[in-house]
Amino acid sequence: MDKFRMIFQFFQSNQESFMNGICGIMALASTQMYSAFDFNCPCLPRYNLAYGLGILLVPPFILFLLGFVLNNNISMLAEEWRRPQGRRGKDSSVLRYMFCSMAQRAMIAPAVWVSVTLLDGKCITCAFCTLVPVETLGNASHPHLSHRELQRVLARIPCKEIYNGQELIANEVAVRYLRCISQALGWSFVLLITTLAFLVRSLRPCFSQAAFLKSRYWSHYIDIERKLFDETCAEHARSFAKACIQQFFEGMSTDLVAARCHLPRKAPVDVGEAAEKLLGITDQGTMNMALKSWHRCKPPLHLHPPVLPTGNGWAGEGQPPTHTSVPRRETAAYYSWV
Amino acid sequence: MDRFRMIFQYFQSNSESVMNGICGLLALASVKMYTSFDFSCPCLLQYNMAYGLGIMFVPPVILFLCGLILNRQSLVMLEEWRRPQGHRKKDLAVIRYMCSSIIQRAMVAPVVWIIVTLLDGKCLICAFSGSMDPEKFVSFASVSPVQAQQLLAKVPCKDDELMRNDTSRKAVSRYLRCWSQALGWSILLILIIAAFLARWLRPCFNQDTLLQAQHWSNYIDIEQKIFEETCCEHSRLFAHKCILHFFENMRQEIKLHSFSLPREGEGDEEKEDPLQGITDQDQVNKLLKTWYYEKPPL
Repeated sequence: MDKFRMIFQFFQSNQESFMNGICGIMALASTQMYSAFDFNCPCLPRYNLAYGLGILLVPPFILFLLGFVLNNNISMLAEEWRRPQGRRGKDSSVLRYMFCSMAQRAMIAPAVWVSVTLLDGKCITCAFCTLVPVETLGNASHPHLSHRELQRVLARIPCKEIYNGQELIANEVAVRYLRCISQALGWSFVLLITTLAFLVRSLRPCFSQAAFLKSRYWSHYIDIERKLFDETCAEHARSFAKACIQQFFEGMSTDLVAARCHLPRKAPVDVGEAAEKLLGITDQGTMNMALKSWHRCKPPLHLHPPVLPTGNGWAGEGQPPTHTSVPRRETAAYYSWV
Repeated sequence: MDRFRMIFQYFQSNSESVMNGICGLLALASVKMYTSFDFSCPCLLQYNMAYGLGIMFVPPVILFLCGLILNRQSLVMLEEWRRPQGHRKKDLAVIRYMCSSIIQRAMVAPVVWIIVTLLDGKCLICAFSGSMDPEKFVSFASVSPVQAQQLLAKVPCKDDELMRNDTSRKAVSRYLRCWSQALGWSILLILIIAAFLARWLRPCFNQDTLLQAQHWSNYIDIEQKIFEETCCEHSRLFAHKCILHFFENMRQEIKLHSFSLPREGEGDEEKEDPLQGITDQDQVNKLLKTWYYEKPPL
């Protein structure tokens, strides 16, 4: 019960901070992934754009979906959405609140990736190097190249060691130009995202604050209720298992006593705490039979009320073994699980 | 410190969280294994593909099997599957649920290995450099086909004297690495979309059977743990009693065979004697010998 309370308090007090923590860890992980990733521009005309834009856009989408997958509330949201109405009404504003809060948290890691990518500049340099304005940036005195040849030369800009168009346009000039545009885009993106976040946070209380508070409360309630239900089921399963095993051992010893004509003479008959803890099993053969029976013939998932012990401590004395096993089988067939 | 203890206790109390923790540790271990592994492509035509694809696929199989072995629930599931029906009905939905959760967790580390391998690119460069078309690359187009194949096979080895500064080598390497990374990101994207759809759509189908299967699989796990604990407790008491009887028998034997037992010890028979009446070296040696040669019956 103590553990139950500790866990309950932990989740109640820290539900939001737990999700914020996960969101922060994912943002850090996205920067780490970017720095660990070995960016490798293909330096071929058609592949550059696909590769550059792919690295710019695909990982953020993956991170966005990962943010949803790692959030345990998503299955809770879907369950709340799909459940039959029953006796409890459904409030769509609660569902909308839950979805919005999950989506907001899931957007942070992709935004971090896109910002880091743009500020670093390698992606944009790779993707758009063939679109550099050669007329304005390049050397005026160069032999006129065909469009295809021009594309091929420009595509090699990101790969300094194989670039062979130095007389057409200097490599540093093109790279600096592209990187400047990329960083401008990056800072604009960060500014835009921050402004949006600021507007959302500051303007939200102006619109239907009461409804917002209500949605937030009930979404927390659904979350806590689900967690408590899981905890209660786990506690119940534990108690059920303990009682089931206890009754299994008692049943075993009852069967064996009834099957044999005498108690083993060697063991002292000290009916007390120790004998109870030994569950009536006091020799190797009995234990082996108990273990075998546990595997071959598990007890039914049906607890019968405990039988009061008779004089010498053995429950169910005098009943022949066949009669005790048959009713159990019938009971198991009659009741379903749960 | 208190909070950490609570978190630790929470994770230990919930067997699902323990398994998630193990799964995450295996994934981290696979990344660490890959970074510390010294990849060395043979750069020979016949061996490249075998080595490259071997490094890409054999460790994931090993990691998958490790994931199954380290997961306690796989034994529980096998036992539940194979046990005779007896008094308790078997529910296939529970067994299916346990099986799918075990396999999902075991698949994480192999997938992480494969994706890290593809994003790094060395394996694919090693495996497929020999299959490139020499016509596309300047240095290789000008030599005979056989020599071109051999040179292509040497592409993954940057330190080879022939290949060190060759621009075509770098072009081949870059081309293959680009494809490798595109493949890696695509696989990751597909897997994440599949995971997202699975989590989103699962409550739409048979939510009640799923809740039941989840509950009873958890129950089976808990029941097995409690049964083992009960057996441990029982065997401890059993052993205690057995040993007490053994000492008692030894003491009586010694009393019968030797008359040098101190008189004042007799009065203490009723009380709990921590020395069990064994008070000198010979007696202890005899006791130990008897314990080894003639263990008491169970």
